[in-house]
Amino acid sequence: MTSAVSILPDQQLASLNGAYRMAVRRKRLRGLLWTVLFLAALMLAAIGSEVNLKTLFTYFGNFVSYFDRILTLDDGTRVWTNFREWFWGWDKWLKLLGETILVSYVGTMAGAVLAFALNFYAAENTSPAPWLRFTVRRALEFARTVPSIVFALIFVIAFGLGPMAGVLAIAIHSTGALGKLFSEIVENIDMKPVEGVRSTGASWLSCMRFAVLPQVTAGYASYALLRFEINVREASVMGFVGAGGIGQELVVAIRKFYYSDVSAILITIIVTVFLIDIATGWLRARLFGKEARA
Amino acid sequence: MSRLPSEDPAELRARYPEVFHRPATSRLATPLVLALALAIFIFGLVDLDFSLSRLMHGISQLGWITVMMLPPDPGSSLPAYLTALGETLSIALLGTTLAAIAALPVSLLAARNVVPSAIFRFPVRRFLDSIRGVDTLIWALVWINVVGLGPFAGVLAIAVADFGAFGKLFSEAIEAADRKEVEGIRASGGNKLHEIRFGLMPQVLPVIAGQVLYFIESNTRSATIIGIVGAGGIGLQLAEQIRVLEWQKVSFLILMILLAVAAIDWISNRLRFAIIGRRAIA
Repeated sequence: MTSAVSILPDQQLASLNGAYRMAVRRKRLRGLLWTVLFLAALMLAAIGSEVNLKTLFTYFGNFVSYFDRILTLDDGTRVWTNFREWFWGWDKWLKLLGETILVSYVGTMAGAVLAFALNFYAAENTSPAPWLRFTVRRALEFARTVPSIVFALIFVIAFGLGPMAGVLAIAIHSTGALGKLFSEIVENIDMKPVEGVRSTGASWLSCMRFAVLPQVTAGYASYALLRFEINVREASVMGFVGAGGIGQELVVAIRKFYYSDVSAILITIIVTVFLIDIATGWLRARLFGKEARA
Repeated sequence: MSRLPSEDPAELRARYPEVFHRPATSRLATPLVLALALAIFIFGLVDLDFSLSRLMHGISQLGWITVMMLPPDPGSSLPAYLTALGETLSIALLGTTLAAIAALPVSLLAARNVVPSAIFRFPVRRFLDSIRGVDTLIWALVWINVVGLGPFAGVLAIAVADFGAFGKLFSEAIEAADRKEVEGIRASGGNKLHEIRFGLMPQVLPVIAGQVLYFIESNTRSATIIGIVGAGGIGLQLAEQIRVLEWQKVSFLILMILLAVAAIDWISNRLRFAIIGRRAIA
Protein backbone atom coordinates (compact mmCIF):
# COMPACT_ATOMS: atom_id res chain seq x y z
CA MET A 1 0.00 0.00 0.00
CA THR A 2 1.40 3.33 -0.95
CA SER A 3 0.75 6.20 1.33
CA ALA A 4 1.21 9.88 0.76
CA VAL A 5 1.28 10.90 4.40
CA SER A 6 4.10 13.34 4.91
CA ILE A 7 6.10 12.79 8.06
CA LEU A 8 7.18 15.84 10.05
CA PRO A 9 10.81 16.29 11.04
CA ASP A 10 11.66 14.44 14.25
CA GLN A 11 12.18 17.53 16.38
CA GLN A 12 8.84 19.01 15.53
CA LEU A 13 7.16 15.64 15.99
CA ALA A 14 8.69 15.19 19.44
CA SER A 15 7.47 18.55 20.70
CA LEU A 16 3.98 17.95 19.29
CA ASN A 17 3.88 14.50 20.83
CA GLY A 18 5.01 15.91 24.13
CA ALA A 19 2.28 18.55 24.11
CA TYR A 20 -0.31 15.91 23.23
CA ARG A 21 0.80 13.65 26.06
CA MET A 22 0.70 16.55 28.48
CA ALA A 23 -2.85 17.42 27.42
CA VAL A 24 -4.01 13.83 27.76
CA ARG A 25 -2.36 13.47 31.14
CA ARG A 26 -3.96 16.66 32.39
CA LYS A 27 -7.36 15.52 31.19
CA ARG A 28 -6.94 12.12 32.84
CA LEU A 29 -5.84 13.71 36.07
CA ARG A 30 -8.88 15.96 36.10
CA GLY A 31 -11.16 13.01 35.34
CA LEU A 32 -9.58 11.05 38.17
CA LEU A 33 -10.04 13.95 40.56
CA TRP A 34 -13.74 14.22 39.72
CA THR A 35 -14.19 10.49 40.09
CA VAL A 36 -12.55 10.52 43.51
CA LEU A 37 -14.71 13.46 44.59
CA PHE A 38 -17.83 11.74 43.35
CA LEU A 39 -16.94 8.48 45.08
CA ALA A 40 -16.29 10.36 48.31
CA ALA A 41 -19.72 11.99 48.04
CA LEU A 42 -21.26 8.59 47.41
CA MET A 43 -19.55 7.12 50.46
CA LEU A 44 -20.82 9.99 52.55
CA ALA A 45 -24.30 9.47 51.16
CA ALA A 46 -24.12 5.75 51.86
CA ILE A 47 -23.29 6.43 55.49
CA GLY A 48 -25.97 9.10 55.69
CA SER A 49 -28.72 6.87 54.36
CA GLU A 50 -27.75 3.91 56.53
CA VAL A 51 -27.00 1.68 53.60
CA ASN A 52 -26.55 -1.80 54.86
CA LEU A 53 -25.47 -4.23 52.21
CA LYS A 54 -25.82 -7.09 54.64
CA THR A 55 -29.51 -6.31 55.10
CA LEU A 56 -29.90 -6.02 51.37
CA PHE A 57 -28.29 -9.38 50.68
CA THR A 58 -30.09 -11.07 53.54
CA TYR A 59 -33.45 -9.76 52.49
CA PHE A 60 -33.00 -9.52 48.74
CA GLY A 61 -34.63 -12.92 48.51
CA ASN A 62 -37.62 -11.26 50.13
CA PHE A 63 -37.81 -8.74 47.31
CA VAL A 64 -37.88 -11.47 44.71
CA SER A 65 -40.22 -13.65 46.70
CA TYR A 66 -42.44 -10.62 47.30
CA PHE A 67 -43.32 -10.71 43.63
CA ASP A 68 -43.82 -14.43 43.93
CA ARG A 69 -46.18 -13.86 46.85
CA ILE A 70 -48.21 -11.09 45.23
CA LEU A 71 -48.74 -13.39 42.27
CA THR A 72 -50.12 -16.19 44.43
CA LEU A 73 -53.71 -16.51 45.60
CA ASP A 74 -54.68 -17.42 49.14
CA ASP A 75 -55.24 -21.04 48.16
CA GLY A 76 -51.67 -21.29 46.85
CA THR A 77 -52.41 -21.28 43.13
CA ARG A 78 -51.03 -18.74 40.67
CA VAL A 79 -53.18 -15.67 40.20
CA TRP A 80 -53.72 -16.05 36.47
CA THR A 81 -55.34 -19.45 36.92
CA ASN A 82 -58.34 -17.82 38.54
CA PHE A 83 -59.12 -14.33 37.32
CA ARG A 84 -62.38 -14.09 39.18
CA GLU A 85 -60.66 -14.71 42.50
CA TRP A 86 -57.73 -12.42 41.60
CA PHE A 87 -59.84 -9.44 40.58
CA TRP A 88 -62.57 -10.14 43.13
CA GLY A 89 -62.98 -6.45 43.91
CA TRP A 90 -62.90 -5.20 40.33
CA ASP A 91 -66.12 -3.19 40.52
CA LYS A 92 -64.93 -1.35 43.64
CA TRP A 93 -61.45 -0.84 42.18
CA LEU A 94 -62.73 0.40 38.85
CA LYS A 95 -64.90 2.91 40.65
CA LEU A 96 -61.92 4.14 42.67
CA LEU A 97 -59.82 4.21 39.54
CA GLY A 98 -62.48 6.34 37.89
CA GLU A 99 -62.29 8.63 40.89
CA THR A 100 -58.50 8.78 40.53
CA ILE A 101 -58.76 9.80 36.89
CA LEU A 102 -61.43 12.33 37.73
CA VAL A 103 -59.26 13.79 40.51
CA SER A 104 -56.38 14.24 38.12
CA TYR A 105 -58.65 15.62 35.41
CA VAL A 106 -60.32 18.21 37.60
CA GLY A 107 -56.97 19.06 39.23
CA THR A 108 -55.21 19.45 35.89
CA MET A 109 -58.03 21.52 34.45
CA ALA A 110 -58.17 23.87 37.43
CA GLY A 111 -54.38 24.12 37.44
CA ALA A 112 -54.27 24.80 33.70
CA VAL A 113 -56.88 27.56 33.98
CA LEU A 114 -55.01 29.20 36.85
CA ALA A 115 -51.70 28.84 35.06
CA PHE A 116 -53.30 30.32 31.95
CA ALA A 117 -54.50 33.31 33.93
CA LEU A 118 -51.11 33.85 35.55
CA ASN A 119 -48.56 32.98 32.88
CA PHE A 120 -48.83 36.23 30.90
CA TYR A 121 -47.76 38.08 34.03
CA ALA A 122 -44.78 35.77 34.50
CA ALA A 123 -43.45 35.93 30.94
CA GLU A 124 -40.60 38.33 30.29
CA ASN A 125 -42.09 39.86 27.14
CA THR A 126 -45.72 40.29 28.14
CA SER A 127 -45.60 41.12 31.83
CA PRO A 128 -47.05 44.57 32.47
CA ALA A 129 -44.73 45.36 35.42
CA PRO A 130 -41.47 43.92 36.76
CA TRP A 131 -42.71 43.68 40.36
CA LEU A 132 -45.77 41.77 39.19
CA ARG A 133 -43.58 39.38 37.24
CA PHE A 134 -41.34 38.82 40.22
CA THR A 135 -44.26 38.08 42.55
CA VAL A 136 -46.05 35.74 40.16
CA ARG A 137 -42.85 33.90 39.38
CA ARG A 138 -42.00 33.33 43.04
CA ALA A 139 -45.54 32.15 43.73
CA LEU A 140 -45.41 29.68 40.84
CA GLU A 141 -42.00 28.48 42.01
CA PHE A 142 -43.38 27.83 45.47
CA ALA A 143 -46.37 25.92 44.09
CA ARG A 144 -44.06 23.85 41.92
CA THR A 145 -41.38 23.02 44.45
CA VAL A 146 -43.54 21.84 47.34
CA PRO A 147 -44.49 18.28 46.38
CA SER A 148 -48.20 17.79 45.76
CA ILE A 149 -48.44 15.13 48.44
CA VAL A 150 -47.28 17.64 51.05
CA PHE A 151 -50.07 19.97 49.94
CA ALA A 152 -52.41 16.99 50.15
CA LEU A 153 -51.31 16.25 53.73
CA ILE A 154 -52.10 19.81 54.77
CA PHE A 155 -55.34 20.03 52.76
CA VAL A 156 -56.62 16.81 54.27
CA ILE A 157 -56.51 18.57 57.60
CA ALA A 158 -58.05 21.80 56.30
CA PHE A 159 -60.71 20.37 53.95
CA GLY A 160 -61.26 16.98 55.55
CA LEU A 161 -60.53 13.52 54.19
CA GLY A 162 -61.62 12.83 50.64
CA PRO A 163 -60.87 13.53 47.01
CA MET A 164 -61.36 17.29 47.37
CA ALA A 165 -58.02 17.64 49.15
CA GLY A 166 -56.36 15.61 46.41
CA VAL A 167 -57.88 17.72 43.65
CA LEU A 168 -56.75 20.96 45.28
CA ALA A 169 -53.25 19.63 45.91
CA ILE A 170 -52.90 18.53 42.29
CA ALA A 171 -54.39 21.81 41.08
CA ILE A 172 -51.85 23.89 42.99
CA HIS A 173 -48.89 21.80 41.92
CA SER A 174 -50.08 21.85 38.29
CA THR A 175 -50.50 25.61 38.43
CA GLY A 176 -46.85 25.94 39.37
CA ALA A 177 -45.55 23.48 36.81
CA LEU A 178 -47.78 24.60 33.94
CA GLY A 179 -47.38 28.29 34.73
CA LYS A 180 -43.65 28.00 34.17
CA LEU A 181 -43.99 26.00 30.94
CA PHE A 182 -46.74 28.27 29.60
CA SER A 183 -44.74 31.42 30.27
CA GLU A 184 -41.76 29.85 28.50
CA ILE A 185 -43.93 29.31 25.44
CA VAL A 186 -45.03 32.94 25.60
CA GLU A 187 -41.41 34.05 25.84
CA ASN A 188 -40.67 32.25 22.58
CA ILE A 189 -43.42 33.82 20.48
CA ASP A 190 -43.02 36.16 17.56
CA MET A 191 -43.50 39.70 18.91
CA LYS A 192 -44.47 41.28 15.57
CA PRO A 193 -48.19 40.48 15.86
CA VAL A 194 -48.17 41.98 19.37
CA GLU A 195 -46.64 45.18 18.06
CA GLY A 196 -49.15 45.20 15.24
CA VAL A 197 -52.09 44.93 17.59
CA ARG A 198 -50.63 47.46 20.01
CA SER A 199 -50.07 49.96 17.19
CA THR A 200 -53.83 50.00 16.62
CA GLY A 201 -54.26 51.30 20.15
CA ALA A 202 -55.38 48.04 21.72
CA SER A 203 -55.28 47.45 25.46
CA TRP A 204 -52.97 44.92 27.11
CA LEU A 205 -55.80 42.41 27.30
CA SER A 206 -56.60 42.67 23.59
CA CYS A 207 -52.90 42.29 22.81
CA MET A 208 -52.87 39.04 24.73
CA ARG A 209 -56.09 37.82 23.19
CA PHE A 210 -55.47 38.64 19.53
CA ALA A 211 -51.69 38.57 19.20
CA VAL A 212 -50.33 36.14 21.80
CA LEU A 213 -53.09 33.59 22.24
CA PRO A 214 -53.31 32.41 18.61
CA GLN A 215 -49.61 31.59 18.73
CA VAL A 216 -49.61 29.61 21.94
CA THR A 217 -52.83 27.57 22.29
CA ALA A 218 -51.50 24.39 20.69
CA GLY A 219 -48.46 24.42 22.95
CA TYR A 220 -50.64 25.03 25.98
CA ALA A 221 -52.93 22.15 25.14
CA SER A 222 -50.00 19.86 24.57
CA TYR A 223 -48.38 20.65 27.92
CA ALA A 224 -51.72 20.40 29.73
CA LEU A 225 -52.25 16.91 28.30
CA LEU A 226 -48.75 15.91 29.33
CA ARG A 227 -49.44 17.21 32.82
CA PHE A 228 -52.69 15.23 32.94
CA GLU A 229 -50.71 12.09 32.23
CA ILE A 230 -48.30 12.86 35.09
CA ASN A 231 -51.15 13.76 37.40
CA VAL A 232 -52.85 10.40 36.91
CA ARG A 233 -49.76 8.83 38.45
CA GLU A 234 -49.72 11.37 41.26
CA ALA A 235 -53.43 10.92 41.93
CA SER A 236 -52.90 7.17 42.24
CA VAL A 237 -50.86 7.77 45.40
CA MET A 238 -52.96 10.62 46.83
CA GLY A 239 -54.97 7.99 48.68
CA PHE A 240 -51.88 7.18 50.76
CA VAL A 241 -52.57 10.28 52.82
CA GLY A 242 -56.36 9.98 52.59
CA ALA A 243 -56.92 12.33 49.67
CA GLY A 244 -59.07 10.06 47.53
CA GLY A 245 -58.62 7.61 44.72
CA ILE A 246 -57.25 4.10 44.45
CA GLY A 247 -54.20 4.78 46.62
CA GLN A 248 -56.20 4.22 49.78
CA GLU A 249 -57.06 0.69 48.73
CA LEU A 250 -53.49 -0.02 47.62
CA VAL A 251 -51.85 1.17 50.81
CA VAL A 252 -54.24 -0.97 52.87
CA ALA A 253 -53.46 -3.99 50.71
CA ILE A 254 -49.70 -3.47 51.00
CA ARG A 255 -49.70 -2.75 54.75
CA LYS A 256 -52.02 -5.65 55.58
CA PHE A 257 -50.22 -8.08 53.25
CA TYR A 258 -53.24 -8.89 51.05
CA TYR A 259 -50.75 -10.11 48.47
CA SER A 260 -52.91 -10.94 45.47
CA ASP A 261 -54.84 -7.69 45.90
CA VAL A 262 -51.57 -5.74 45.64
CA SER A 263 -50.77 -7.23 42.26
CA ALA A 264 -54.34 -6.84 41.03
CA ILE A 265 -54.51 -3.16 41.99
CA LEU A 266 -51.00 -2.48 40.65
CA ILE A 267 -51.92 -4.05 37.34
CA THR A 268 -55.09 -1.99 37.05
CA ILE A 269 -53.07 1.16 37.79
CA ILE A 270 -50.33 0.29 35.29
CA VAL A 271 -52.84 -0.56 32.57
CA THR A 272 -54.74 2.67 33.18
CA VAL A 273 -51.54 4.72 33.06
CA PHE A 274 -50.59 2.97 29.80
CA LEU A 275 -53.97 3.65 28.24
CA ILE A 276 -53.89 7.30 29.25
CA ASP A 277 -50.33 7.64 27.95
CA ILE A 278 -51.43 6.27 24.61
CA ALA A 279 -54.60 8.37 24.46
CA THR A 280 -52.89 11.65 25.32
CA GLY A 281 -50.02 10.81 22.99
CA TRP A 282 -52.51 10.34 20.17
CA LEU A 283 -54.33 13.53 21.04
CA ARG A 284 -51.10 15.51 21.17
CA ALA A 285 -49.99 14.15 17.82
CA ARG A 286 -53.33 15.26 16.38
CA LEU A 287 -53.06 18.71 17.93
CA PHE A 288 -49.58 19.28 16.59
CA GLY A 289 -50.51 17.71 13.28
CA LYS A 290 -53.32 20.21 12.88
CA GLU A 291 -50.98 23.05 13.78
CA ALA A 292 -48.47 21.93 11.15
CA ARG A 293 -51.12 21.86 8.45
CA ALA A 294 -52.54 25.29 9.18
CA MET B 1 -48.36 51.41 -3.94
CA SER B 2 -49.49 47.85 -4.43
CA ARG B 3 -53.17 47.34 -4.14
CA LEU B 4 -55.27 44.34 -3.36
CA PRO B 5 -56.41 42.77 -6.62
CA SER B 6 -59.98 43.63 -5.73
CA GLU B 7 -61.48 45.34 -2.74
CA ASP B 8 -64.99 44.29 -3.56
CA PRO B 9 -66.05 41.96 -0.73
CA ALA B 10 -68.41 40.01 -2.93
CA GLU B 11 -65.71 39.23 -5.42
CA LEU B 12 -63.24 38.26 -2.70
CA ARG B 13 -65.86 36.01 -1.22
CA ALA B 14 -66.40 34.33 -4.54
CA ARG B 15 -62.68 33.90 -5.06
CA TYR B 16 -61.78 32.45 -1.69
CA PRO B 17 -64.84 30.59 -0.52
CA GLU B 18 -62.83 28.50 1.99
CA VAL B 19 -61.77 31.64 3.87
CA PHE B 20 -65.28 33.03 4.23
CA HIS B 21 -67.20 29.80 4.64
CA ARG B 22 -65.42 27.44 6.94
CA PRO B 23 -67.26 24.14 7.17
CA ALA B 24 -69.36 23.72 10.31
CA THR B 25 -67.11 20.93 11.60
CA SER B 26 -64.06 23.16 11.80
CA ARG B 27 -65.99 26.17 13.12
CA LEU B 28 -67.68 24.15 15.84
CA ALA B 29 -64.71 21.96 16.80
CA THR B 30 -63.12 24.31 19.33
CA PRO B 31 -66.31 25.34 21.18
CA LEU B 32 -67.48 21.72 21.25
CA VAL B 33 -64.22 20.46 22.69
CA LEU B 34 -64.23 23.26 25.27
CA ALA B 35 -67.85 22.56 26.19
CA LEU B 36 -67.10 18.86 26.58
CA ALA B 37 -64.05 19.60 28.73
CA LEU B 38 -66.14 21.93 30.88
CA ALA B 39 -68.92 19.35 31.19
CA ILE B 40 -66.50 16.70 32.42
CA PHE B 41 -65.01 19.25 34.79
CA ILE B 42 -68.41 20.06 36.30
CA PHE B 43 -69.34 16.39 36.47
CA GLY B 44 -66.05 15.82 38.29
CA LEU B 45 -66.75 18.60 40.78
CA VAL B 46 -70.15 17.11 41.57
CA ASP B 47 -68.93 13.53 41.69
CA LEU B 48 -66.01 14.38 43.99
CA ASP B 49 -68.29 16.07 46.55
CA PHE B 50 -67.18 19.62 45.96
CA SER B 51 -69.36 22.15 47.66
CA LEU B 52 -68.97 25.85 48.16
CA SER B 53 -69.52 25.61 51.90
CA ARG B 54 -66.83 22.94 52.28
CA LEU B 55 -64.50 24.98 50.13
CA MET B 56 -65.11 28.13 52.15
CA HIS B 57 -64.72 26.29 55.43
CA GLY B 58 -61.50 24.70 54.21
CA ILE B 59 -60.08 27.98 52.99
CA SER B 60 -60.76 29.66 56.34
CA GLN B 61 -59.10 26.68 58.03
CA LEU B 62 -56.18 27.06 55.67
CA GLY B 63 -56.00 30.73 56.58
CA TRP B 64 -55.75 29.77 60.24
CA ILE B 65 -53.07 27.22 59.49
CA THR B 66 -51.08 29.80 57.55
CA VAL B 67 -51.32 32.25 60.41
CA MET B 68 -50.18 29.58 62.87
CA MET B 69 -47.26 28.70 60.60
CA LEU B 70 -45.73 32.13 61.19
CA PRO B 71 -43.02 32.59 62.11
CA PRO B 72 -41.28 29.35 61.06
CA ASP B 73 -39.61 27.91 64.11
CA PRO B 74 -37.80 24.60 64.50
CA GLY B 75 -38.15 24.57 68.28
CA SER B 76 -35.38 22.48 69.77
CA SER B 77 -35.22 19.91 66.99
CA LEU B 78 -33.02 21.78 64.53
CA PRO B 79 -30.15 19.22 64.72
CA ALA B 80 -32.59 16.37 64.06
CA TYR B 81 -33.98 18.21 61.05
CA LEU B 82 -30.53 18.90 59.64
CA THR B 83 -29.67 15.21 59.97
CA ALA B 84 -32.92 14.33 58.25
CA LEU B 85 -32.15 16.76 55.43
CA GLY B 86 -28.72 15.17 55.02
CA GLU B 87 -30.41 11.80 54.90
CA THR B 88 -32.75 13.03 52.16
CA LEU B 89 -29.90 14.38 50.06
CA SER B 90 -28.03 11.10 50.54
CA ILE B 91 -31.07 9.13 49.43
CA ALA B 92 -31.40 11.23 46.30
CA LEU B 93 -27.72 11.02 45.36
CA LEU B 94 -27.29 7.33 46.04
CA GLY B 95 -30.62 6.27 44.54
CA THR B 96 -30.00 8.19 41.33
CA THR B 97 -26.45 6.86 40.98
CA LEU B 98 -27.52 3.26 41.50
CA ALA B 99 -30.33 3.69 38.99
CA ALA B 100 -28.00 5.20 36.39
CA ILE B 101 -25.42 2.43 36.79
CA ALA B 102 -28.07 -0.27 36.48
CA ALA B 103 -29.93 1.42 33.64
CA LEU B 104 -26.97 1.97 31.30
CA PRO B 105 -26.55 -1.66 30.13
CA VAL B 106 -30.31 -2.20 29.96
CA SER B 107 -30.82 0.94 27.90
CA LEU B 108 -28.36 -0.42 25.33
CA LEU B 109 -30.65 -3.43 24.97
CA ALA B 110 -33.62 -1.13 24.40
CA ALA B 111 -31.94 1.04 21.73
CA ARG B 112 -32.79 0.42 18.11
CA ASN B 113 -29.29 1.03 16.79
CA VAL B 114 -27.71 -1.47 19.20
CA VAL B 115 -30.33 -4.21 19.14
CA PRO B 116 -31.95 -4.04 15.71
CA SER B 117 -34.34 -6.92 16.35
CA ALA B 118 -37.72 -5.72 17.60
CA ILE B 119 -38.43 -9.09 19.19
CA PHE B 120 -35.62 -8.60 21.69
CA ARG B 121 -36.21 -4.91 22.15
CA PHE B 122 -39.92 -5.07 22.77
CA PRO B 123 -39.93 -6.98 26.09
CA VAL B 124 -37.15 -4.78 27.48
CA ARG B 125 -39.14 -1.65 26.64
CA ARG B 126 -42.37 -2.97 28.12
CA PHE B 127 -40.47 -4.01 31.23
CA LEU B 128 -39.11 -0.48 31.63
CA ASP B 129 -42.58 0.97 30.95
CA SER B 130 -44.16 -1.13 33.70
CA ILE B 131 -41.53 -0.03 36.19
CA ARG B 132 -42.21 3.58 35.28
CA GLY B 133 -45.95 3.07 35.61
CA VAL B 134 -45.54 2.47 39.36
CA ASP B 135 -45.01 5.56 41.46
CA THR B 136 -41.92 6.00 43.66
CA LEU B 137 -44.13 5.99 46.75
CA ILE B 138 -45.46 2.54 45.88
CA TRP B 139 -41.93 1.24 45.38
CA ALA B 140 -41.04 2.70 48.76
CA LEU B 141 -43.87 0.75 50.38
CA VAL B 142 -42.73 -2.45 48.69
CA TRP B 143 -39.10 -1.95 49.78
CA ILE B 144 -40.19 -1.19 53.32
CA ASN B 145 -41.74 -4.63 53.34
CA VAL B 146 -38.39 -6.06 52.26
CA VAL B 147 -35.64 -4.16 54.13
CA GLY B 148 -37.70 -2.54 56.86
CA LEU B 149 -38.43 1.10 57.69
CA GLY B 150 -35.64 3.61 57.17
CA PRO B 151 -33.71 5.53 54.53
CA PHE B 152 -32.26 2.43 52.90
CA ALA B 153 -35.74 1.50 51.66
CA GLY B 154 -35.91 5.02 50.21
CA VAL B 155 -32.64 4.58 48.34
CA LEU B 156 -33.84 1.35 46.80
CA ALA B 157 -37.24 2.82 45.94
CA ILE B 158 -35.68 5.76 44.10
CA ALA B 159 -33.19 3.47 42.42
CA VAL B 160 -35.91 1.18 41.07
CA ALA B 161 -38.28 3.96 40.03
CA ASP B 162 -35.52 5.89 38.25
CA PHE B 163 -34.20 2.75 36.65
CA GLY B 164 -37.34 2.71 34.52
CA ALA B 165 -37.09 6.37 33.62
CA PHE B 166 -33.36 6.27 32.90
CA GLY B 167 -33.72 3.14 30.77
CA LYS B 168 -36.09 5.00 28.50
CA LEU B 169 -34.20 8.31 28.44
CA PHE B 170 -30.79 6.69 27.91
CA SER B 171 -32.04 4.48 25.11
CA GLU B 172 -33.52 7.56 23.41
CA ALA B 173 -30.17 9.33 23.76
CA ILE B 174 -28.40 6.30 22.27
CA GLU B 175 -30.84 6.18 19.37
CA ALA B 176 -30.19 9.85 18.66
CA ALA B 177 -26.42 9.27 18.42
CA ASP B 178 -24.63 9.76 15.12
CA ARG B 179 -24.18 6.52 13.18
CA LYS B 180 -21.06 7.65 11.36
CA GLU B 181 -18.74 7.21 14.30
CA VAL B 182 -20.00 3.69 14.92
CA GLU B 183 -19.47 2.86 11.26
CA GLY B 184 -16.00 4.30 11.45
CA ILE B 185 -15.11 1.93 14.28
CA ARG B 186 -16.63 -0.98 12.38
CA ALA B 187 -14.68 -0.06 9.25
CA SER B 188 -11.43 -0.13 11.16
CA GLY B 189 -12.17 -3.66 12.35
CA GLY B 190 -13.73 -3.09 15.77
CA ASN B 191 -16.22 -5.57 17.16
CA LYS B 192 -19.63 -4.80 18.61
CA LEU B 193 -18.24 -3.92 22.05
CA HIS B 194 -15.67 -1.60 20.51
CA GLU B 195 -18.44 0.10 18.56
CA ILE B 196 -20.35 0.76 21.76
CA ARG B 197 -17.36 1.80 23.81
CA PHE B 198 -15.60 4.03 21.25
CA GLY B 199 -18.41 4.90 18.84
CA LEU B 200 -21.48 5.40 21.00
CA MET B 201 -20.33 6.13 24.53
CA PRO B 202 -18.31 9.30 23.80
CA GLN B 203 -21.39 10.78 22.13
CA VAL B 204 -23.91 9.60 24.68
CA LEU B 205 -22.14 10.07 28.01
CA PRO B 206 -22.44 13.89 28.20
CA VAL B 207 -26.17 13.69 27.46
CA ILE B 208 -26.59 10.97 30.06
CA ALA B 209 -24.60 12.93 32.63
CA GLY B 210 -26.88 15.90 32.07
CA GLN B 211 -29.97 13.77 32.59
CA VAL B 212 -28.56 12.16 35.72
CA LEU B 213 -27.81 15.57 37.20
CA TYR B 214 -31.30 16.74 36.40
CA PHE B 215 -32.70 13.65 38.11
CA ILE B 216 -30.62 14.16 41.22
CA GLU B 217 -32.34 17.51 41.52
CA SER B 218 -35.84 16.18 40.92
CA ASN B 219 -35.14 13.24 43.21
CA THR B 220 -34.39 15.60 46.05
CA ARG B 221 -38.09 16.38 45.81
CA SER B 222 -39.05 12.70 45.50
CA ALA B 223 -36.83 11.84 48.44
CA THR B 224 -38.68 14.34 50.60
CA ILE B 225 -42.01 12.67 49.92
CA ILE B 226 -41.07 9.02 50.30
CA GLY B 227 -40.43 9.80 53.96
CA ILE B 228 -44.18 10.22 54.30
CA VAL B 229 -44.69 6.47 54.01
CA GLY B 230 -41.77 5.78 56.37
CA ALA B 231 -38.74 5.57 54.10
CA GLY B 232 -36.58 8.02 56.03
CA GLY B 233 -35.42 11.53 55.40
CA ILE B 234 -37.07 14.86 56.03
CA GLY B 235 -40.46 13.74 54.75
CA LEU B 236 -40.85 11.54 57.79
CA GLN B 237 -40.36 14.54 60.07
CA LEU B 238 -42.68 16.64 57.94
CA ALA B 239 -45.50 14.10 57.97
CA GLU B 240 -45.14 13.65 61.73
CA GLN B 241 -45.25 17.38 62.45
CA ILE B 242 -48.29 17.81 60.18
CA ARG B 243 -50.08 14.99 62.02
CA VAL B 244 -49.47 16.55 65.40
CA LEU B 245 -50.36 20.01 64.04
CA GLU B 246 -47.05 21.65 64.96
CA TRP B 247 -47.48 24.24 62.22
CA GLN B 248 -44.45 26.38 63.01
CA LYS B 249 -42.21 23.36 62.65
CA VAL B 250 -44.03 22.38 59.46
CA SER B 251 -43.37 25.72 57.84
CA PHE B 252 -39.75 25.57 58.93
CA LEU B 253 -39.38 22.12 57.38
CA ILE B 254 -41.02 23.26 54.13
CA LEU B 255 -38.68 26.22 54.04
CA MET B 256 -35.71 23.89 54.54
CA ILE B 257 -36.86 21.68 51.68
CA LEU B 258 -37.31 24.68 49.39
CA LEU B 259 -33.84 25.96 50.20
CA ALA B 260 -32.25 22.55 49.75
CA VAL B 261 -33.95 22.03 46.39
CA ALA B 262 -32.90 25.49 45.25
CA ALA B 263 -29.30 24.80 46.29
CA ILE B 264 -29.20 21.44 44.50
CA ASP B 265 -30.83 23.06 41.49
CA TRP B 266 -28.13 25.70 41.35
CA ILE B 267 -25.27 23.20 41.77
CA SER B 268 -26.58 20.75 39.22
CA ASN B 269 -27.21 23.52 36.71
CA ARG B 270 -23.62 24.70 37.07
CA LEU B 271 -22.32 21.15 36.66
CA ARG B 272 -24.57 20.55 33.68
CA PHE B 273 -23.33 23.65 31.92
CA ALA B 274 -19.78 22.56 32.66
CA ILE B 275 -20.39 19.12 31.17
CA ILE B 276 -22.43 19.75 28.05
CA GLY B 277 -21.90 23.42 27.50
CA ARG B 278 -24.46 26.18 27.39
CA ARG B 279 -25.61 25.74 23.85
CA ALA B 280 -26.67 22.11 24.25
CA ILE B 281 -29.26 22.97 26.86
CA ALA B 282 -30.88 25.90 25.16
